[in-house]
Amino acid sequence: MIVAGCDIGSLTTKVVLYDGKKLLASSIIKSKPKPEEGAHEALEQACAIATVNQADIAYCVGTGYGRKRVPFANDVVSEISCHSKGAFYLYPNVRTIIDIGGQDCKVISLNDRGEVDRFVTNDKCAAGTGRFLEVMAKVLKVELQELSNMAKKGNEAITLASACTVWAQADVIKYLNEGISKENIALGVCKSMAKRVGVLVNQVNIKRDVCITGGVAKNTAVVKELEHLLGLTILKMTNVDPQLNGALGAALLAHEKVRRQQ
Amino acid sequence: MITAGFDIGSTTAKAVVLDSDSILGKVIVPVEGSPKDAAEVLLEAVAKQTGIDHNMIEALCGTGYGQKNIPYATMMESEIVCHAKAALHLDKDVRTIIDIGGQDAKVCRIDAFGNVQRFVYNDKCASGTGRFLEITADVLEVPIEQLAQLDTQGTKEIALSNQCVVFAESEVISLINSGEHMGNIVKGLHRALASRVASLALGIGIEQRIAFTGGVARNAGMVKALEGVLKTTLVVHEYCQVMGALGAALLAREKVMNRVAS
Repeated sequence: MIVAGCDIGSLTTKVVLYDGKKLLASSIIKSKPKPEEGAHEALEQACAIATVNQADIAYCVGTGYGRKRVPFANDVVSEISCHSKGAFYLYPNVRTIIDIGGQDCKVISLNDRGEVDRFVTNDKCAAGTGRFLEVMAKVLKVELQELSNMAKKGNEAITLASACTVWAQADVIKYLNEGISKENIALGVCKSMAKRVGVLVNQVNIKRDVCITGGVAKNTAVVKELEHLLGLTILKMTNVDPQLNGALGAALLAHEKVRRQQ
Repeated sequence: MITAGFDIGSTTAKAVVLDSDSILGKVIVPVEGSPKDAAEVLLEAVAKQTGIDHNMIEALCGTGYGQKNIPYATMMESEIVCHAKAALHLDKDVRTIIDIGGQDAKVCRIDAFGNVQRFVYNDKCASGTGRFLEITADVLEVPIEQLAQLDTQGTKEIALSNQCVVFAESEVISLINSGEHMGNIVKGLHRALASRVASLALGIGIEQRIAFTGGVARNAGMVKALEGVLKTTLVVHEYCQVMGALGAALLAREKVMNRVAS
């Protein structure tokens, strides 16, 4: 039996196919103005990789910001539940999940059974979300993916006076005009980002293991700064792309639902 | 006796020149380059407009962000004290001052003698400042001076779901794309900024009469929106944008008078 999880985020749409034992295939595409179209495209891609017919998918759970717009979903589940499910499945020792998406940041605390104990979200302020990095990358005229490597080459981080994306942007322009290297600016940007996420993390009772998911998990400079700030090692997902965690959780929940119905 | 007040802000520099207690002139220039450059430009503009050069100014009080860089300044005073001084000078019944500038917002409660009793300040988050309107006006591709006019063309107020400038920017883009009337969007933007500043004001409580000052107070749509949210009327003086400079000039005058008296 094949099931699917579809996670429509603000920036990317993700699909994971699961057969009850292993992750068969996955896809990550840019979200579309019409979320339904993005969902279809992501599903097609994943099906093509796994050589699976869409008709053979027994059940699909939709999640994420656009979860209600997944045309082929049989059910919708919150991102909090899906991220918890995915992370706990991959790493049963995980008790805290830091998920940083394109326009929000969530910190989820799990109990020993993998159930959600507490969670805090920031979706009100762009600082501390992927959007902050996106804006900064644009000002620095580099690809978002390059920001992390650039930061690692920095040796003297600039300080940003305020966490606010708008003020930070003005600061970065000022530093660029002063001739400060992009590397040192990128390092300062990653530090500021980590600091802001750290504020949210400290609102929950942090328990080990701590893992990081979402697109920003791929920015290893931010993760390193966050580890430094929190004084602990953060588990990095190696077997699955951390950006797929929500869709994976959705697929796992889809599988559970079908099993329960049988 | 000629005295002057120079208020070097982050986006504009303002001067008020007094002859005894009558206002000889007010000058507003944009800040380009360093605060010192701005002060020089301001001095020239004052000379051009009022015929008063620095030799004729008996006392010059500096205030604002760049107060330390004003040539010929004989004294300095904090913005808050200057604002309180000016507000009370223009209207002896003012007890609350709400000031929205380009990069900050301040709310200040004063007593009948102009002593500052309570005071709150936001310069951490751009969404509660004039920058919110600057950025969103840019997205709407209209000069900021036109916002008030557009506001009057709106027939209903769009409730924005985002407060953060960065997120509101995207929201405005999707509203434009969905064909929403510009006037309605502007009404919504005014309301959003008003709510933000109102919550700052209500944090320390407001007492009648309330003066609305700063560059943003020149926008009639904003005045109406803030009056609506606070459910009260606001006093907007023609000198609302140069309150800091006016207060500084008045303080300079006071100092000279005290010197003469002793």
